[in-house]
Amino acid sequence: MSNIPETGRNNRVTIRLVVIQILVMSLLLTLGGRLWYLQVRNGDQYQKEAAGNHVQQVVQPATRGAILDARGVPIADNETRLVVSASRTELMKMDDSGKAVLTRLAGVLDMSPKTVQEKVRLCDAKTPQPCWNGSPYQPIPVTDEATTQQALQIRERAEDFPGITAEPTAVRRYPAPYGSHTSQVLGYLSPVTDEEIRKTKNTNSPFLSSDEIGRSGLERTYDSMLRGSSGVTRYEVDNLGRVMGRAKSDKAEPGSSLVTSIDSRVQAVTENELLTAMKNARKEHDKNTNRNYKADAGAAVVMENKTGRVVAMASNPEYDPNEWVGGISGKKYTQLTGKKSNYPLLNRSIQGLSAPGSVFKVISTTAALKAGNKFNGNYNCSSSYNVGGQTFKNYESKGYGPISLGRALEVSCDTVFYDLAYKQWLKDGGNKPKKKPKDHFYKTAHEFGLGAKTRVDLPNEVEGRVPDRQWKKDYWKANKDAWCKQAKDPKSYADKIAKENCVSGMKMRAGDSVNYSIGQGDTLVTPIQMATIYSAVANGGTLHNPTLGKATIGPKGKTIKEIEPESHGKLPLEKGQLKKIDSALAGVAERGTAAWRFGDAGWPQDKIKMHAKTGTAEVAGKQTTSWFTTYTKDYTVVMTISQGGTGSGASGPAVRNIYNALYGVNQDGDIDEKSALLPHPDEELPKVDSHGNIESRDDKDFEKRAERAVKGAPVGGAGG
Amino acid sequence: MSTHSYTLSGYGPQHKSAWGRLTARDSAVWRLDWIMVGAAVGLSIVGSLLVWSATRNRTDLNQGDPYYFLTRHVLSLVVGLLLMAGMVWLGHRRVRGAVPFLYGASVLLALLVLTPLGATINGQRAWLHLGGGFSLQPAEFIKITVILGMAMLLAARVDAGDREYPDHRTVLQALALAAAPIVVIMLMPDLGSVMVMVIIVLGALLASGASNRWVIGLCVAGTVGAVSVWALGLLDEYQIDRFAAFANPALDPSGVGYNTNQARIAIGSGGLSGKGLFEGSQTTGQFVPEQQTDFVFTVAGEELGFLGGALIIVLLGVVIWRACRIARESSELYSTVVAAGVIAWFAFQSFENIGMTLGIMPVAGLPLPFVSYGGTSMFAVWIAVGLLQSIRVQRPVSA
Repeated sequence: MSNIPETGRNNRVTIRLVVIQILVMSLLLTLGGRLWYLQVRNGDQYQKEAAGNHVQQVVQPATRGAILDARGVPIADNETRLVVSASRTELMKMDDSGKAVLTRLAGVLDMSPKTVQEKVRLCDAKTPQPCWNGSPYQPIPVTDEATTQQALQIRERAEDFPGITAEPTAVRRYPAPYGSHTSQVLGYLSPVTDEEIRKTKNTNSPFLSSDEIGRSGLERTYDSMLRGSSGVTRYEVDNLGRVMGRAKSDKAEPGSSLVTSIDSRVQAVTENELLTAMKNARKEHDKNTNRNYKADAGAAVVMENKTGRVVAMASNPEYDPNEWVGGISGKKYTQLTGKKSNYPLLNRSIQGLSAPGSVFKVISTTAALKAGNKFNGNYNCSSSYNVGGQTFKNYESKGYGPISLGRALEVSCDTVFYDLAYKQWLKDGGNKPKKKPKDHFYKTAHEFGLGAKTRVDLPNEVEGRVPDRQWKKDYWKANKDAWCKQAKDPKSYADKIAKENCVSGMKMRAGDSVNYSIGQGDTLVTPIQMATIYSAVANGGTLHNPTLGKATIGPKGKTIKEIEPESHGKLPLEKGQLKKIDSALAGVAERGTAAWRFGDAGWPQDKIKMHAKTGTAEVAGKQTTSWFTTYTKDYTVVMTISQGGTGSGASGPAVRNIYNALYGVNQDGDIDEKSALLPHPDEELPKVDSHGNIESRDDKDFEKRAERAVKGAPVGGAGG
Repeated sequence: MSTHSYTLSGYGPQHKSAWGRLTARDSAVWRLDWIMVGAAVGLSIVGSLLVWSATRNRTDLNQGDPYYFLTRHVLSLVVGLLLMAGMVWLGHRRVRGAVPFLYGASVLLALLVLTPLGATINGQRAWLHLGGGFSLQPAEFIKITVILGMAMLLAARVDAGDREYPDHRTVLQALALAAAPIVVIMLMPDLGSVMVMVIIVLGALLASGASNRWVIGLCVAGTVGAVSVWALGLLDEYQIDRFAAFANPALDPSGVGYNTNQARIAIGSGGLSGKGLFEGSQTTGQFVPEQQTDFVFTVAGEELGFLGGALIIVLLGVVIWRACRIARESSELYSTVVAAGVIAWFAFQSFENIGMTLGIMPVAGLPLPFVSYGGTSMFAVWIAVGLLQSIRVQRPVSA
């Protein structure tokens, strides 16, 4: 037709062809763009995924290091069990998938071939236990209770058992030397979680699903050091998991051992004495509540004054750490973490909080000195004290008339401190506080390290609290709604208190300051804090970070590193002042509230100078907390018993017995150096022999010596 | 060179030796689109290397001979090149006369697949075993015969000068011609090929100058058809799974999404310049299924990187771009429609194949033209190249 151009082409077709061309080219451009996005923008991520795809890891566990006491006696180590394992990769290479080998193995192990095969199969949704839940490249344990005979048979006839290994494998164990449990201090291990496995998957020390890690106590603080690093063999595999080659591998490095400052013998005595003291307290009648003391919990710390090293640390209720070995049963775990057993997992030495009672008076004395009061001045020790129509009793003491601060410490006279605190409160402006109040009593408490962690090398230490002005404000803010609600229709005594708190809870009231000065009220402290403070008084004023770890010994005993003691402050006292307080505390043991446990009970005060302070803290709705803080030149011993009665009454005999054991003193005050467990702090580290073995100085006569220390202990009564 | 010393080339009598005829200025060899042939041969060579890399360790498939797939692939390429030469030698006009016969034969072959003679691979009954390890996939040939058939019908009256554009009746006839083999392929079921066929039909209609109503109507019908197939549950579960995995490969990385996920890891891990031929861990570890055929692009992505992958896309672009040129320059509507059909086929099949490995298209079993292992596919694409070349060779010199 005439309207068709020479090329036989019309316009519509040409346009359509151009459209097609543009469309096609944009499709190809899209591909190019997407390719760029995947390979160049996100290439790194896919490279990682590809690596994870084709590399399979087989992990060799590292032997966990031991925890030793100061004398090299193991308190946590490993037990060797013979574990027979089967390598699935090897078995699958065989024509019959290893059936014959497994059947032979079953014969040697006295197991049925069916059981062995079931143990080696891989778990999936349809496979019931027993089955292997871990990596198929990992040797699968068939039994961990093989006898030496069986293991030898397997090893000697290696050609009959290709892919089968019989090797000794380490299992954690807590030997509890001399009957010491050291439970909460050691802590426990528990299996890694999937989350932890995932997190460490691509690190140099990945977790095995059978791995255990420290969850509390020393096992946790020093976990990475004790654990060492597991070895990794990396295999390159194809999509069916067949091994194609070996990639870069790392050898397992066993963990280091930890030498602690714990002396298991002293630990055993301390645990035992604490338990005995609590048992005895339960036999005592409490006049205030008209029933026997409950003595539901207690803690005791023995610390070296010059280093802050902990020689013994006990917390009751306790448990046997071996209950965690090989996995704890659900029932046992509920029991250990339950209210009924009163939470034995808590280490009350560092986690138990209570008001300090009169053991707080060293802080109040220091505060009074800082406020300008003279140590040897005359302070009226009345039998009671009135502030704004409220009467405060002289709890632990009686009226002594005008006495010095030193004597007030000795006889633990509350009213002297009431007056000092009240006057300071007035100076700071009373109910209309100055802009910058001096607050000596509160600041001194902070300077002594209260309301802060002592930095002990154990996890989950608590801070306690100093109820200063800032705390009062914060506390009021947090609670005013509840208080004000309760105060709307005040009926009971508690409602009235709530009303008062609602209106003026943010204020530091006279009564608060007065109560505070004798360690009552809202103050909360831990035993380790009190031990740190009293050992600082003993050593000339240095507040040490308490430590249990003393040294680390590398695998094969090669590198020995001592853990140097550190301090976190100095007591705010001049030397002369400190000396006066020190001799007043000696006076407590000689003629004060603790004299019936020491000075009057045959303690050789001239040879081993004892210092002490007793405390009996009121707890709303509960029986009193017993506090007993003591020290000699070398050691500080602190004991506290919740709902246990008075300081020297409940804790007194136990603390005396601990000293008896340390110094080899008997109940009559004779010193027998030979039977002393630790007359001087142990400065030596355990020796390592040429084979890398750590020597342990086992004490075979321990029983005899401990007996001598306790025999004929004076029976404690209420009072003090 | 000329053997007659007294005649100057082009002026003397046309009695030249075979070599002379081949190399003469106006000869077929001279007029071939060497750029397209070069790009296609380049693709086939890269493809051979990729197939080799993907199969040299596959002892489960290659019967212990690491060169098993490589030699077969190269053999297919040689046969493909011969088929192209044959097409040029025949000339597309002569082929045009045989279209009804070729069309009928290819449909019969496809029907044969549905009889017990057909073989099922991966849930598709799409192969005919020929013995000796060779098999045939008739759906590949149908793509060519449908292009040819539609071009013949659509262009008949226009090329005769009766009409400017194909009328409605002609379009209907052409659609009916395409519909029959599409139904057969659907029964296999080879969903990927059905998609390619639909795109070919669309391309042919577009290029023929058929009314816009047909083009839009076909698009709408295609969409409605796809949606109703989905809604009525006519697809097998594995086909739905493929779509689900395309949308979200993380859904089930060890099941449905495995292919897409592993393909993407292989390509992504290649980075800019790749891990090197034979060095890809995904490839040597056989993590990507069907890697020498449908997922061959993942080998390029992993071992040759972005540079290698982009090279393949560029080479495909060159082939298609040259095909577009041939479509535009041809003087007859018949040739234009044939070229457009081939363009639609190559372009969509490449986009779908690479797109599925990159996770932007659902998984469908389609080979990558020139690159994937597979004899029938290789023959078909080279026949198509031969058709395009003969169109170019036979166009009027003045154009």
